[in-house]
Amino acid sequence: MSLMKRISLIFRSKASTALDRAEDPRETLDYSYQRQVELLAKVRRGVADVATSRKRVELQVAQLRQQENKLTDQAQKALAMGREDLAREALTRKSAITAQVGDLAAQQAQLQGEEEKLTLASQRLQAKVESFRTRKETIKATYTAAEAQTRINEAFSGISEEMGDVGLAVQRAEDKTAQMQARAGAIDELIASGALDDASSINRGDDIARELEAMSSQSDVESELAALKAKSAPQSIEAGDSTPQAELTAQQGEQQKQEGQA
Amino acid sequence: MIIRILGEGQREIADSELDGLNALDEKLENAVESGDEATFTEALAALLTAVRSAGSPLADDSLEDSDLILPPSDATLDEVRALLSDDGLIPG
Repeated sequence: MSLMKRISLIFRSKASTALDRAEDPRETLDYSYQRQVELLAKVRRGVADVATSRKRVELQVAQLRQQENKLTDQAQKALAMGREDLAREALTRKSAITAQVGDLAAQQAQLQGEEEKLTLASQRLQAKVESFRTRKETIKATYTAAEAQTRINEAFSGISEEMGDVGLAVQRAEDKTAQMQARAGAIDELIASGALDDASSINRGDDIARELEAMSSQSDVESELAALKAKSAPQSIEAGDSTPQAELTAQQGEQQKQEGQA
Repeated sequence: MIIRILGEGQREIADSELDGLNALDEKLENAVESGDEATFTEALAALLTAVRSAGSPLADDSLEDSDLILPPSDATLDEVRALLSDDGLIPG
């Protein structure tokens, strides 16, 4: 296999292990949420339909009750006028209407029950959809964070092809730094051993000159020290011969100095 | 075909150029196997020059997978060997 192919394959195998090519779970979550919202809308429409039917039945019952009352009045009036036949007719119609009202009332109660159940289901579903929405957003955020983390890790380990460049560049920079540090260390050692001249002391000649200079500076120090000793020697002899009077004067002077400080 | 030179970017190469590039690539591969540093440097320079002159550079913001990847122009024989080993230059 050619060199170009081998390098490419190595990079690609690294990239494919790093990158998860599965479908984006965030899209699946969003789709699922969308479906739940649609279902909730359907349930709500169902509640509205049942409520409308119930109201229609209520209206019918109210109208029939009015008719019942009317027929009762008519029967009473017919009896007052001595028309028993008319009163009987009115009561017969009324009894048919009463039966109808009974049926409709049962229907109304049934619809009422349906409506309550559906309202409850709709409320529960809404709560579920709400909680799903929150969870979905949490999962999405976690996924996005994990994805970002993967990208960061990928960048740091230089797994992807693009990052290969960066990884290589970083390594080169590190190598150069290490090389320069090693060089600086080596130069320090060479200067210390005297094999290499320190640039700051380059004008001071070679190592022999430096040694001579060091020796002469040492002898200067010695001679100056001897001169100082010679100067201070006669003073110490005088101090040894001091009289009691001189000592008293010195003590008085010391006392005055202390008082002055206090 | 898209070829990336590490550290330089990607270039688009016409398929008709591939035979010529493969010949240079073979020389480079032989140099890596024989461990001849001088031949290796020469072969790598020849291959990279051929890729640069035959290909048109891709914009930095284009997102295209490279079909082939080449070592950087200043890569050493050891670096290319490391690149070809199981772990490559990049850990993980």
